[in-house]
Amino acid sequence: MSLQKLGLVELHKKFTAGEVTATEIVRAYFLRISQVESKVKAFVTQTEEAAYQQAECLDQKLKVWRKTHPLTGMPLAVKDNICTEGVPTTCSSRMLQNFAPPYDATVVSRLRSQEYILVGKTNLDEFAMGSSTENSAFGPSRNPWNLHCVPGGSSGGSAAAVAAEECVAALGSDTGGSIRQPAAFCGVVGVKPTYGRVSRYGLVAFASSLDQIGPITRNVPDAAFLLQAIAGHDPMDSTSVDRPVPDYMKALQKRDLKNVRVGVPVEFFTEGLDPEVEQAVRPAIGELKQLGAEIKEIRLPRTDAAVAVYYVIATAEASSNLARFDGVRFGFRAKETKDLLELYMKTRQEGFGPEVKRRIMLGTYVLSAGYYDAYYGKAQAVRTLVCQDFDAAFKDVDLIVTPATPTPAFKLGEKSEDPLQMYLSDIFTISVNLAGLPAIALPCGFSGAGLPIGLQLIGRAFEEDLMLRAAHAYEQSTAWHRQKPNLR
Amino acid sequence: MTFETVIGVEVHAQLRTNSKMFCGCGTTFGLSANSQTCPVCLGLPGSLPVINRTAIEMAVRAGLALNCTITANNRFARKNYFYPDLPKGYQISQYEDPICQHGWVEVAVGAATKRVRIRRAHLEEDAGKNVHGVGTAGSRVDLNRAGTPLLEIVTEPDMRSADEVVAYLKGLRDVLMYLDVCDGNMEEGSFRCEPNLSLRPVGQREFGTKVELKNINSFRYVKDAVEYEIKRQTKVLTEGGKIYQETRLWNIDRGETAVMRSKEEAHDYRYFPDPDLVPLQLHEDWIEGFRSSLPELPTVRARRFITEYGLPEYDAGVITTSKGIADYFETCLKQFNEPKTVSNWVMGELTRELNNSGTDIAASPISPDRLVDLLMMVDKGVISLKVAREIFPELYSSGKTPQQIVQDKGLTQVSDEGALGKVIDEVLRNNPTQVTQFKEGKQQVLGFLVGQVMKASGGKANPGKVNELLKKKLIV
Repeated sequence: MSLQKLGLVELHKKFTAGEVTATEIVRAYFLRISQVESKVKAFVTQTEEAAYQQAECLDQKLKVWRKTHPLTGMPLAVKDNICTEGVPTTCSSRMLQNFAPPYDATVVSRLRSQEYILVGKTNLDEFAMGSSTENSAFGPSRNPWNLHCVPGGSSGGSAAAVAAEECVAALGSDTGGSIRQPAAFCGVVGVKPTYGRVSRYGLVAFASSLDQIGPITRNVPDAAFLLQAIAGHDPMDSTSVDRPVPDYMKALQKRDLKNVRVGVPVEFFTEGLDPEVEQAVRPAIGELKQLGAEIKEIRLPRTDAAVAVYYVIATAEASSNLARFDGVRFGFRAKETKDLLELYMKTRQEGFGPEVKRRIMLGTYVLSAGYYDAYYGKAQAVRTLVCQDFDAAFKDVDLIVTPATPTPAFKLGEKSEDPLQMYLSDIFTISVNLAGLPAIALPCGFSGAGLPIGLQLIGRAFEEDLMLRAAHAYEQSTAWHRQKPNLR
Repeated sequence: MTFETVIGVEVHAQLRTNSKMFCGCGTTFGLSANSQTCPVCLGLPGSLPVINRTAIEMAVRAGLALNCTITANNRFARKNYFYPDLPKGYQISQYEDPICQHGWVEVAVGAATKRVRIRRAHLEEDAGKNVHGVGTAGSRVDLNRAGTPLLEIVTEPDMRSADEVVAYLKGLRDVLMYLDVCDGNMEEGSFRCEPNLSLRPVGQREFGTKVELKNINSFRYVKDAVEYEIKRQTKVLTEGGKIYQETRLWNIDRGETAVMRSKEEAHDYRYFPDPDLVPLQLHEDWIEGFRSSLPELPTVRARRFITEYGLPEYDAGVITTSKGIADYFETCLKQFNEPKTVSNWVMGELTRELNNSGTDIAASPISPDRLVDLLMMVDKGVISLKVAREIFPELYSSGKTPQQIVQDKGLTQVSDEGALGKVIDEVLRNNPTQVTQFKEGKQQVLGFLVGQVMKASGGKANPGKVNELLKKKLIV
């Protein structure tokens, strides 16, 4: 069996046992990349040379002193909006095409301290704004299950790379579904942790109150394993929360769902939901019941407001977060400008793509004098109501189960002319970010066309352990995650 | 028509923290460009701010000293605008619910006391500096100052004249320096003031259109700029003109103000709560802890110096300008209870030497103990006042004790009657005319003769003794 078939936990065991060297791992993965990357286009930057060097160093060191960390020698990909010292971090934007940050994001320095191996930086919708990776300045990534389909977004490159076995696991970021939607589209597992569980320091901000970094992996134990490495308080991020991180792998040991109450929100099963998706999700809910869970119908009445609230708050924050891309200190700067104003205008005109500009304009508008109360102020008020919906629901249930997306992956170009249709592909994931809750997407079936369908489990804040346990119990009782795309 | 001037003042006081408002970079003034920067204050993608606890403490202490209410639930907001010296494209500031609100400060204007109300004081980060025309073509940006904590203190429109503005600014600066939260250095920009000024016909309640004044970096310029602007606006209004709401820069060379930007060019800053910073809760116990440990403030201390030590009002005012000076003064008094003498020396010789060498009194090479040594030597007649003054610069610069210097230079005062008698006899011999004049009743000549004796003794003679002996010899 070739090495790249192994999941993260399995590969870790094999490596720790000394059955495989880091160099062998790196060689296997770059061989795989050379075979499939031209079709998938998951990466913006590949770090092959550095990966080999690092692997050789590790192997040398381990000969002398065999001490490993959970991620030692593990070949991971990192979404290209997470800063990696000395390695380009482009956000798939012309604005940062040649930008190599002088520092590591906290999550990256945690991985580095565990001696992980960076395979490359993965493609995304420019500045994480989009749901298909079609907004990348460097061209879209493809869905490994069907190269005419999008991998989802914005972490489409990470999800595609994991599905195509170009890395053992990857990091993504999720602002409105950007980990879970591509994970669902690509038939892999994606976790959006509780807001504050994982440090945002070094994640190029899109919407600061919604962004969260999380793992994209081939199965639930891998997600638990990688989340363990990145979770925890960071003094460099004031919004990260100082509370103990549970042992997620240990939480997976319990295989049944006795005494777990799972809510099914009626608002998520209405028109707009593709029947094929419903046909996969309903049996999955049945499976949870089989495992001992108590299934309850619940209501989240403000679900229909979530998309509107999201596009006010996220764009408002983005308009301010993206102000620093002004051509003065780093990144792209327009040539031959006659004064400061023209420098700003041309740099931003030429550096940003159309979706980013659309959102900056929207966000600027909703914050402007005279409109603030009607838009931003109102959206914040409704956001509170969305949170209250979840608070009320979680009095009666321990988990909430929904489809991860309304449809399976769509075709490239299918929605790129209609931003609103594109925005609606995140309709099931967005309210989770507004409420800051943890959620996981995992495979629960396939469409008639052979495209993966994703299930979403939403937990209470900081109860990733229960969420992972339920997801794992489900995964163990099904075989969806064992199916692999045929790329050759 | 006669007009009344209405003035409010905004002050940006740089807080004396070791590190910046939202990162760990240092705050030293004048280092090489961009040497005090990091991903956070450079506004690099992905970096995040973390609130400096000391800056919060300093703002709270300043607020308490200015009789403000301290806001328990603080939020930071983003003020959005583009400028090359503003790395993130927004400044982290406070908008709603500033950390300090509704305070007041009492200041002395001439003999009267004036209460100026403080509307608010909020925390924010400073911008960097654009540097134009140095070296190669084009402009450059130095971000050493970017992210330095500022307390912006805004008054109500309570002042009516340039003198009141200056008195307020001096009083405020004294308070901040007393608390050691600001070094008060106006030239380096750690205490920047922006008066806003309008006129209205006497008796009218509504305010006129106000003009904001910038680029004022000394108290003298405050007075000049405000007085200029009063004259300018009076002239415009008297001639039937209109005042436009605008920002005007004080031009030091030309001694006038000129338009910098008009209201039409004012920005929409799109303030909104900074999502990178969680609301900052200040607990009442924590705030009260600072209240109980506030030092005695300058106006109160000055009043006490007048009543307790009998210092003249002028001396009390000068001595209490700085906490360091006032503390020094009181330390001296513990060993040498002659308040006026000590105050003379501290305000005179000591301040002169400190100013010449640009030294803070806390680092004075002459400790209170040593100054007292010197004053006691004068008091006991070991040296004359004149000698004490003469050796002061050496005392300041050499690190020697006054006893050593006096001994090395042989400057011990001569009080011995025998030794003095000889000198006096010689002076009387050499100045027969004056002796005759004295005997004829011209008393003033005595001073001349004393002077001659002092001169002949190389300044070492004890003047009191000389006086006494001279009289004895002349009257006989």
